[in-house]
Amino acid sequence: MSVDIIATPRSTAWLAHANPLAKLGAGLTLTLVLLISVDWVSASVALILECAVLPLAGLSLRMLLLRGWPILLAAIVGGYGTALLAPKTGELIVAWGPIIFTSDSIEAGIAIALRGMAIALPGIIVLASTDPTDLADALAQKLRLPHRFVLGALAAMRLVGLLVAEWQTLGMARRARGVGGEPGLLRGLKAQLGQAMALLIQAVRRATRLAVTMEAKGFGAGPRTWARVSTYSRQDLWIVSGGVAMAAVSVSAAVVLETWNPVFG
Amino acid sequence: MASAQLGAPARISAKGWGWQHSGRSGRAVHDLDLEIAPGERVLLLGPSGAGKSTLLHALAGVLGDDEDANESGELLIDGRPVAESRGRAGLMQQDPDAQVVLSRIGDDAAFGAENLSVPREEIWRRVGAALESVGLNLPLDHPSSALSGGQKQRLGLAGMLAMRPGLLLLDEPTANLDPAGVVEVRDAVRRSLDESGATLVVVEHRVAVWLDVVDRIVVLAPSRLGEPGGVLFDGPPATVMAQSRELLAAAGIWVPGYVPAVRPRNADSADMHDAGQQLLLLASALAVSRTKGRRRHPVVPAAVVPTVQVLAGEALSVTGANGTGKSTLALTLAGLLAPVGGDLTALPPLARGAGSSPLKWRGRDLISRIGTVFQEPEHQFIANSVREELLFAPKLLGRGVDSVDDLLARLRLEHLADANPFTLSGGEKRRLSVATVLAASPQLLILDEPTFGQDANTWAELASLLTELLDAGTAVVSVTHDAAFSAVLGGRHLRLGDHPELVESHSVLREARR
Repeated sequence: MSVDIIATPRSTAWLAHANPLAKLGAGLTLTLVLLISVDWVSASVALILECAVLPLAGLSLRMLLLRGWPILLAAIVGGYGTALLAPKTGELIVAWGPIIFTSDSIEAGIAIALRGMAIALPGIIVLASTDPTDLADALAQKLRLPHRFVLGALAAMRLVGLLVAEWQTLGMARRARGVGGEPGLLRGLKAQLGQAMALLIQAVRRATRLAVTMEAKGFGAGPRTWARVSTYSRQDLWIVSGGVAMAAVSVSAAVVLETWNPVFG
Repeated sequence: MASAQLGAPARISAKGWGWQHSGRSGRAVHDLDLEIAPGERVLLLGPSGAGKSTLLHALAGVLGDDEDANESGELLIDGRPVAESRGRAGLMQQDPDAQVVLSRIGDDAAFGAENLSVPREEIWRRVGAALESVGLNLPLDHPSSALSGGQKQRLGLAGMLAMRPGLLLLDEPTANLDPAGVVEVRDAVRRSLDESGATLVVVEHRVAVWLDVVDRIVVLAPSRLGEPGGVLFDGPPATVMAQSRELLAAAGIWVPGYVPAVRPRNADSADMHDAGQQLLLLASALAVSRTKGRRRHPVVPAAVVPTVQVLAGEALSVTGANGTGKSTLALTLAGLLAPVGGDLTALPPLARGAGSSPLKWRGRDLISRIGTVFQEPEHQFIANSVREELLFAPKLLGRGVDSVDDLLARLRLEHLADANPFTLSGGEKRRLSVATVLAASPQLLILDEPTFGQDANTWAELASLLTELLDAGTAVVSVTHDAAFSAVLGGRHLRLGDHPELVESHSVLREARR
């Protein structure tokens, strides 16, 4: 009955077998480069390239739209806002009372919307193709982050999945006591707050019991071995080079077409 | 330290050992003298508050961080202090969900061995053997969240076995499990003990479950202020059971063959009701599920029941294996979950003008009509004291405030009126959760596994209370695996399973002919 949000069946996609750190590195490189410039060419090229690697993460465009529509919406809203507020230079295109769009402001808006999507997409690709346990292994074994924190966070994440089911149960258990279901916004808010408090109590109690289990299994004291090895392979080299190449192509395209527009300087 | 030594059975010795939790006035354990030889299998019994869990936690080395706690005497494993015996003991707790650390069963079983710095190849060899030993023949990457309660406990056991402990400590390991789960965990423990020869200390209310596994029973006395506590009885199972049977039964322990006395159903009143039993709730072709279906993705219902009739003054027991949707059905009947198909109607004697769909009732309308007792009492606690908890419903309804003192007395909670509900014992929490629902005097009472993990005294009180309510005309629907409990309540049975319709229509027919 409990939902484990992090134990979805292991993805069979090509990227899923790679080391999480390689994916993170590639994604970060691309994101950082896109953060430097506001122009629509580098953003569109990056976006097209990112869409091209979606299948490697086991994602299709349809799945992406289905799950990632809030990001698309946010990007469009951001673009609209930018177009509305950007300096009104260039040709006047729309003028409805206070709403004025010019060719330059629309270009800035499109650049922002595209850039927003191009920056968000690498994160989605990495998340969709990375198993949290693999990520924890990589962080602790390769980056040498303290295993106490990494494994503690991993165990806590599993509890988050249990809390989803717990919230539903608590809602019903409290309605059975007569809490909530009364008209009025304020009373509804109070009932929600009470339920959140109850969830917090349950979370703390369960976490305490889990901590006992972990301690009884010898966790936290001294060195440990790892049953799963986090390794780099040739594939990871490809992924990092791919990320760098995608960033380079995006920037080059912008420079060649003379739209490169760095934020600094 | 030789690696062979790691897996050798452990010796326990307590010499005048005592423990006082920080912030508590009384001692949890006082002046305990106990020797347990390597390989012995001990069932630890005692009334609530005898310090059984404290002793297990101390042996598992998980009590140590409490700086304000007060320890006296000595508690040794193989002659060394517990703090120096890391990895010698494995602990299993009551809550199956708190037993699992990682998302995949192979990784979870390996977790303890990793912490003990066992070399990688050796870890996987041990994990394979341990999973086989507990009978979890599943792929290593099987998600641990998809396991049943019994399977989670067995996974926890496998994780311990991979640590090669010399001592297994089980703290009411089967209290939250259905009968099938109890047997599978017990058998897995026995099999692994036969293979490893480890020492066993198990705490459990239900003696019969472990009687064939253990070779010694130790009964602890409760230690209250000034009282000595310590060991009350100690010896081979047969001897101790003969000596202490009465005492244990009085303390609410389930000694084999003992069924606590329960107030019987009043035959007269049952006959009287037969004449014109009121139909309160009627379900037909009811499909239930915890997840809502969407237009394009209808859900697969957890259960589909052709017909359910809930009659005033009659008990209905819902039974069936795990995962057959019993609890989901109960929640739907209770007006807490929307049906995903079929029809659920509250008839006028129950609805009393509030409408025919319990799901749409306001909170105050619901509690005065249908009271639901959840499996986990803590989920239903909403106040800071026992008294406030009981006053909640009467205040909401604007009536029945006077009956609260009665309820407190009836359920032996008077001395706890000002206590925080979360600090109560398991039995007290159960009694309180029933009392809070009764405070609204509902016409229909729905209970989800009310007897799980309860001692014999609470069990008997609960059953007696329910027979009384039934005789007074309240309808009682209980989801239960407890055959003795269903038998005491009488009434009808609805068995969910692969073909609920067959069983139900059959039993309805049989009931109708009677």
